Amino acid sequence: MSYIEAGRAISSMPKTVEEIETVTVDTDVLVIGAGNAGCFVAVEMKKIDPSMTVTYLEKADIYRSGACSAGMDAINTYIPEGKTPEDLVRWSRAQVGGGPLREDLCLSNAEELNEAVDDLERWGLPILRDDKGKIRYRGKWDISIHGEQLKPIMAEKAVENGIVYNRIVGTGLLMDGERCTGAMGFGVRDGKFYIFRAKATICATGGAGTLYKSYTMDGTDSGSQIWMCPYCVGSGYSMGFRQGAELTSLEQRWVATRTKDYCGPVDTISVGYKAPIINCKDEKIMQSRYAHLGGDAAPRYIRANAPMNEWLEGRGPTYCDTRSMDEETVSKMMVDYLNERPSFVLFLASRGQDVTVDPIEIYGSDPYILGGHTMGGYWVDIDRMTTIEGLFAAGETAGGNPNKFVGGCAAEGKLAARGALKYIQKNNIELAEPHQEQVNAEKERVFGPLLRGDDFDGVTPLEMRERLQRLMDEYAGGTTQFYRTNEERLDYAIKHIKILQDQFKYLKAVDLHDLMHANETMDRVDVAEAVCHHLKARKETRWEGWQTRSDYPDRDDENFDCFIETVRNPKTGEVKSFCRPYEQIVDGDRYKD
Amino acid sequence: MPPRVDINKCNGCEGREESFCEQACPGNLMAVNQETERAFCRSNRDCWDCMSCTKACPMNAIETRVPYQLGYHKATLKPFMGKNQITWKCVDIHGNKKTYKYKNRI
Repeated sequence: MSYIEAGRAISSMPKTVEEIETVTVDTDVLVIGAGNAGCFVAVEMKKIDPSMTVTYLEKADIYRSGACSAGMDAINTYIPEGKTPEDLVRWSRAQVGGGPLREDLCLSNAEELNEAVDDLERWGLPILRDDKGKIRYRGKWDISIHGEQLKPIMAEKAVENGIVYNRIVGTGLLMDGERCTGAMGFGVRDGKFYIFRAKATICATGGAGTLYKSYTMDGTDSGSQIWMCPYCVGSGYSMGFRQGAELTSLEQRWVATRTKDYCGPVDTISVGYKAPIINCKDEKIMQSRYAHLGGDAAPRYIRANAPMNEWLEGRGPTYCDTRSMDEETVSKMMVDYLNERPSFVLFLASRGQDVTVDPIEIYGSDPYILGGHTMGGYWVDIDRMTTIEGLFAAGETAGGNPNKFVGGCAAEGKLAARGALKYIQKNNIELAEPHQEQVNAEKERVFGPLLRGDDFDGVTPLEMRERLQRLMDEYAGGTTQFYRTNEERLDYAIKHIKILQDQFKYLKAVDLHDLMHANETMDRVDVAEAVCHHLKARKETRWEGWQTRSDYPDRDDENFDCFIETVRNPKTGEVKSFCRPYEQIVDGDRYKD
Repeated sequence: MPPRVDINKCNGCEGREESFCEQACPGNLMAVNQETERAFCRSNRDCWDCMSCTKACPMNAIETRVPYQLGYHKATLKPFMGKNQITWKCVDIHGNKKTYKYKNRI
């Protein structure tokens, strides 16, 4: 199909909204975000109905966009011989401490998983195999890859099967009453306003990084050395939230143990090379302090929080003990890093560190909202349709189903494509005429920061972003607070988020890149609002580190063995939280895999 | 302080609608100065250090640097893209050199 090149940024900025050209694009299926999940939509759609057109609205450039842009060193789930999709659900359930989780979604995803990973290999992804040609497992479910080219490989297939608009910032959904009929956004290079009319829209924008302050943020050059791609800011969640879509489980934030000061992968060393996690006294903490919870196989949130607890209790620094590795193993580990976070190898070189002499230091990351790792995202049905008719979610944006990772997000793209096709065919959906009033309002909202005039005394996108990040860090359980929060802090955060929302009118952008930042910051604030309401509603501590309430330190199954949901009233802005029940579908002990 | 552009090597990908680094950056951070015709990074603090620009540059004019606040002066890591393989050359602050070479496509 086609790849539409973005071109260079225009240098002359519009002064009035009338000067901004509007482009309308019609398509059968619109995918917002051409990442891991999104790329699989076009491929699947061409397979099941070649008459359907799939169009991508991509904020960056499809070949190196999103969370996979730097590459990947492993695919964390691939069902080995002798195991079943049900086994994967049991494992995923145990990893999140017995749930709640959406077992219906997990199971349907697990059934598609291996085929999606096989696709990647057929398209050119090197999966490491042993001498007999068998896939090499590095853990129970995860396999090693040389994934430096992972994103370009997926992108090529999406370009073959879809139409890709690059450098378009998605900002809002196009609505016809209660139904989603496409999306709107602007070109960060051409400065045009875009209306994409679609019969079905799939939101696959990735998760939300950068809501919280990173501990490496010195106000200088080191603000983005974080785990999540810092260009995934949660816009996909916010555009649905603003229209009244139901979000689920945002309180189950993703916090990962990472290499300290440079946020490199730790599973690569601790799982891949069996390097134990130790504290300052050389004590193997998983084996000693967490043996009763499974040691190295303890649920993921416990492993993520363990090093930070050592720091909190005065036993930091913490390390992954690489000192017993031989030279060949170190070399293999470095190749893994080069495939996923290449600049971490540069970081070690810049510390002049020999990891066989000095172990690799580890620390907790800042918190993220990620429906592909933990389970914060849209509440979806089995076809991956959200509570807004015509709007589907795939990958990190789809909630309730954690531990999807690369393979599961790919599978989800396929499932969402099928769901979208079924919806269009069953209901004979046609393109809807956009409501002019709605389009004008969005255009004014989105371009507002650019049109306030040179003399306007306003707020820069960076200032507002940093205000939010510090607020979230200190009051909504960030790294400096060892992820803990309480009712009063959350009330404080929500109060200040309301002030920030009221101050959107003061945002001022100087060019299109800055305008993208302004819109991203508004999206961050709206997602942060939802996160705070989720944290507030779960009055217990279920996943310490991911979700820690210092005023409710224990798990409360009687009241909270359920999903926490939020909905924002699009007219009043009022956020309501409520529960949905958990349903166990796959038998077995919920707490064991 | 991520990408450093060697202005003696960079030619702004003359003749191309977008320079390769401008095309690759997932954060829309790379651009070409219309007057000097050399690439630059709009905002170092927003760089993820994914090295996409560094890999994409046909002139090997971009180097990724770790911010000094995090890592000392100076280490280098340079990717060389081959057909279905990649070679990385790394030098640490003590001058120790390492080369890594492997297949990145089947």
